[in-house]
Amino acid sequence: MSAGSGSLSGLGSAASPQVLRERARVIVGRGETMLDGAGWGSQAERALHEAWRDEPGLLGFLKTTDHKRIGRRFVVTSFAFFVAAGILAAVMRMQLALPDNHVVGPDLYNQIFTMHGTTMMFIFAVPIMQGMAVYLVPLLVGTRNTAFPRMTACAYWLFLFGALSLWTGFAINAGADAGWFAYVPLAGPQYGVGKREDIWNNLINLSEAMGLMVAVDLATVILKMRAPGMSLRRMPIFVWASLVTSMMIIFAMPSVMLAANLAQFDRTFGTHFFNPAEGGDVLIWQHLFWFFGHPEVYFIFLPGLAFVSSIIPTFARRPMFGHDAVVLSLIATGFLSFGLWVHHMFATNLPEVGKGFFTAMSLLIAIPTAVQIFCWIATLWTGRIDLRTPLLFVLGFFVILVLGGLTGIMVGSVPFDLQVHDSYFVVAHLHYVLLGGAVFPLFGAFFYWFPKFTGRMLDERLGRWQFWLFFVGFNVAFFPMHLLGLAGMPRRIYTYGAETGWGTLNLIATIGAGVIALSVLLFIVNVVRSGFNGARAGDNPWHASSLEWATHSPPPAFNFVVLPVVASREPLWTREADEPTHVSGLSAQTREGLVTTVLDALPDVRYSYPEPSIWPFIAAITVVGWLFWSNMTETGMFYGLIPPAIAFVAWYWPTRKETVEQLLLERKP
Amino acid sequence: MTCDRRRACVAAAVFVAAVAMTACQRETRYFEPPTKAVTPPPVRLSQVQPGAISTDTSIESKYEDTAYALSEGKRLFGWYNCNGCHANGGGDKGPALMDNVWIYGSKPAQIYSTIVEGRPNGMPSFGGHIPENEVWELVAYVRSLSGLASSGAAPNRADAMQVKKPENNAEEQKPVEAAPSGASEHP
Amino acid sequence: MIGGLHDVQAPAGAQAQAIVGLWHWLLPICTFVFVAVMIALGMALWRAPRAGTDTAPDVALLSKREPRVTRVVIAAVAVSTLLLLVLLAVSVMTDRALAQLPLENALHIELTGYQWWWEARYDDPDPSRMFTTANELHVPVGRPVIVTLVGADVIHSFWVPSLAGKKDLIPGRDTTVSFRADRAGVYRGQCAEFCGYQHAKMALYVIADPPDDYARWAERQRAPAAEPSTDEARRGRDLFLARSCAMCHAINGTTAQARHAPDLTHVASRMTIAAGALENTPSNRTAWILDPQQIKPGTKMPSENIAPQDLAALSAYLASLQ
Repeated sequence: MSAGSGSLSGLGSAASPQVLRERARVIVGRGETMLDGAGWGSQAERALHEAWRDEPGLLGFLKTTDHKRIGRRFVVTSFAFFVAAGILAAVMRMQLALPDNHVVGPDLYNQIFTMHGTTMMFIFAVPIMQGMAVYLVPLLVGTRNTAFPRMTACAYWLFLFGALSLWTGFAINAGADAGWFAYVPLAGPQYGVGKREDIWNNLINLSEAMGLMVAVDLATVILKMRAPGMSLRRMPIFVWASLVTSMMIIFAMPSVMLAANLAQFDRTFGTHFFNPAEGGDVLIWQHLFWFFGHPEVYFIFLPGLAFVSSIIPTFARRPMFGHDAVVLSLIATGFLSFGLWVHHMFATNLPEVGKGFFTAMSLLIAIPTAVQIFCWIATLWTGRIDLRTPLLFVLGFFVILVLGGLTGIMVGSVPFDLQVHDSYFVVAHLHYVLLGGAVFPLFGAFFYWFPKFTGRMLDERLGRWQFWLFFVGFNVAFFPMHLLGLAGMPRRIYTYGAETGWGTLNLIATIGAGVIALSVLLFIVNVVRSGFNGARAGDNPWHASSLEWATHSPPPAFNFVVLPVVASREPLWTREADEPTHVSGLSAQTREGLVTTVLDALPDVRYSYPEPSIWPFIAAITVVGWLFWSNMTETGMFYGLIPPAIAFVAWYWPTRKETVEQLLLERKP
Repeated sequence: MTCDRRRACVAAAVFVAAVAMTACQRETRYFEPPTKAVTPPPVRLSQVQPGAISTDTSIESKYEDTAYALSEGKRLFGWYNCNGCHANGGGDKGPALMDNVWIYGSKPAQIYSTIVEGRPNGMPSFGGHIPENEVWELVAYVRSLSGLASSGAAPNRADAMQVKKPENNAEEQKPVEAAPSGASEHP
Repeated sequence: MIGGLHDVQAPAGAQAQAIVGLWHWLLPICTFVFVAVMIALGMALWRAPRAGTDTAPDVALLSKREPRVTRVVIAAVAVSTLLLLVLLAVSVMTDRALAQLPLENALHIELTGYQWWWEARYDDPDPSRMFTTANELHVPVGRPVIVTLVGADVIHSFWVPSLAGKKDLIPGRDTTVSFRADRAGVYRGQCAEFCGYQHAKMALYVIADPPDDYARWAERQRAPAAEPSTDEARRGRDLFLARSCAMCHAINGTTAQARHAPDLTHVASRMTIAAGALENTPSNRTAWILDPQQIKPGTKMPSENIAPQDLAALSAYLASLQ
């Protein structure tokens, strides 16, 4: 990050402005810089297009730092893996539909449910939420790009290669097969036979590195690059949720990376972290994993809440009731979620009093969520309702999430959990909260923001069909699982005998799963058809209040032709007569943005965004290569670091053109 | 989609298809009905032996570089108390198995024969006591003790006391055929 | 016919009963909250006037306070918090009840979880009265049982829903679980922590007998295997000892004393074989011996080539192991 600071280093302090402009003409192609501040149709807009466009073709695709392209990539890739993991779920349901079924054998079934869980949690849920945030947050805060776009670009490639390596492993019978939580000793060196769990450990490193990079980027852009006037109290709830999620990610993800790396050392180098015979401990894996694992579900859940908080005000035609309360609830949820992890370990031999503490915390975290729910209902109650598809999905969210949250209260209690832990009751609970709390709002968000992403509206009728199929199919599939859990059916079993009596409910659940599949298919059809033939959307088809609707659909590469200045919480609904409306004076010919202060978003420094670069892509490839090489041999651990080192050095190497351009932009105070 | 991107997508799809078709042999799990018993090839048992020695070692073990079979072999090595005489490969009453000296041959068929027939000076005959598949798994594991299995398939450290380097870290010991001697020896 | 009670909501023991007591608080309170929230949502939707997205938003609310709505929301949060506290209190009380099961005159069993079967050693102050069995526990009605849980290879979990909550068997961390069966009956349990290929078929039967029946059962278990009465059975025993069976299985009263696989001394007296996967009938035993990989792929018991007459002899011998 380089700020204009008035020094002429590099050219000697004796260089006159005339000399500088001559050098600039040679190196950069121009001697002066046009400034922004004029609106659509001006020369400044054309200069912005020129400065912010990507190269055409494959090279531009690989080099881009446009947060919208990267965000879209995350969303599309994650959704593709969602469909793939959903197909795995369909196979599981077919196997479990009847007792003693023979659709798949135990080995393949174990790989399937591991792949389903791992893909859904690491490859779909967190990346898609982060991808939506990467796309929307700069638009919502009124800036041109995220703070570290090359890092986010690299994060995408790490994520993609990690996901592909996991699925390639699955394709060649080396799919991870110890569950998405990979408990040792089953995932350890003796019982986790072959390379399967090595690939899983690599995926953790790659997807969590991705998460961390994107979280740092988002947190920075939210704290430091908001539009002038967008104080913290005026920040949209979606942005708050992204901030809280990003901070949670920064604290939680290192835990699972550590755990996976310790496990990998055990598997490759013969260490004894999880070997009780040599002083290790099996349970520490669970602690490290769940210390991450519980906040992980909130990484998925909080953005879902954020979508709801964005959709409800627009479709109730009023500002959110209890905006501050909702924000504080999000922050409280973020903090409290770090105190719950032992509720995944209630069946172990930890001290009972300690477990009771975690019951109290698990019940406590319901309170901020309850606050949000009541505020949303109050907003709907006192608003005027436009019942379109986004709001329909939000209503589905209410029903399903509240039910899932209440079963969460149930399983949060130690004695009850001792009965239903690792049974289908928990499968029902987790799908109610994850699909209800994240996927329903996500579909609502797709319908809400598809016009902004693509410039076209999704079809309402298909949307309604999809919603009802999804809602009904989901309840038919997952409600019986509560009863199955109470009837003694454990999780992760590839079959069951007829004497257990679990057959009927399983068959019903399978039928529901089929209906869900149908609804997702409808969605894909809707996206494809509307992408080509949908009704054109204007800038603000929903007449919403937040800043992303203040620019074209889809937004140009530079987001806003003039950077907005914000004077209220609902900037597009209120226009103050005597307040400034936009920023002017930044360069229109280079990628320049404004850094503002944290609390009140007063303009602070000018920031030059990094240029597109191929090095993030290459760095990602070298990192993946290092991880796989280090799986094979010890020397790979060290020699494999050389290519990434070269790539990262090349990434950060300053170019003459950038330096001269920034010198051109400097103003003496 | 631009021409470049379409080409990249096709290349990726071809690569994925190719990879998918080469299902990894090393990761196969064998859950199968019993194999037929194999007639062990004759092995030189003594320095004094009339006629030519048949060294038909062509019988291959399909478990050779299969991670699951090697892991099972490691389990069975303890279950059937091979380490009662061979320790954890270092040898005790029985000769060391992790060195490069092979009295009765290091090829899979020869080791199979040793296990099934027994050998002079104390190696019991396990034929009929250990099922066919399991003998072949033990054969594969015994070879891995001296680094003859690929390190990608060989077992990692056990979840037990550390008594030697894991098999996937064992240095490859090039087998040297030792002549069988008459007297019992303490290695 | 195999099968046993395995219903959380049909408790047959003190611990499961206490947990059902908690369930009888959880379900009504959570149902009430769910219905209340749904009614509130429904009313909100029903009452609010309809709008289009081009309806002007009510921006006056940005600066206006809404005291009535605020009071209602605060009240709702307060009621929710109160209900949560009630549930917390009930949960803690249930925890205490579970921990306060009277343990006088308890029966001690050491249960070891292997991939994919259960070994139960009935402990006794007099070591000569200890005995080992597998996959099927008998317990006396009305007497507390303390089960020491040992994980031998990977993490397993002991769960008999109608008797008690579950507890994990974690390698390196031996622990205990206590329960008491209050009604005679057959109770089915199953491993509840994913443990590999045959996690699905690692069931456990706990049979609660009246005390006298239990004492008789225990005495029979202590006795070594009966001498086979027919020639075929004797031939079966010889085969058992000569072939690979004795390499892993133990039968008291013979030279087969290996402990890698279930103890077969009284195998014919059990309801099931293969950890609850099959009903314990002669034909199932034969099928299991012939090709266990077909029934439980991945199981540690190997498939073998056995001639039909040998198989018949073995089967006759096993049938004699009552």
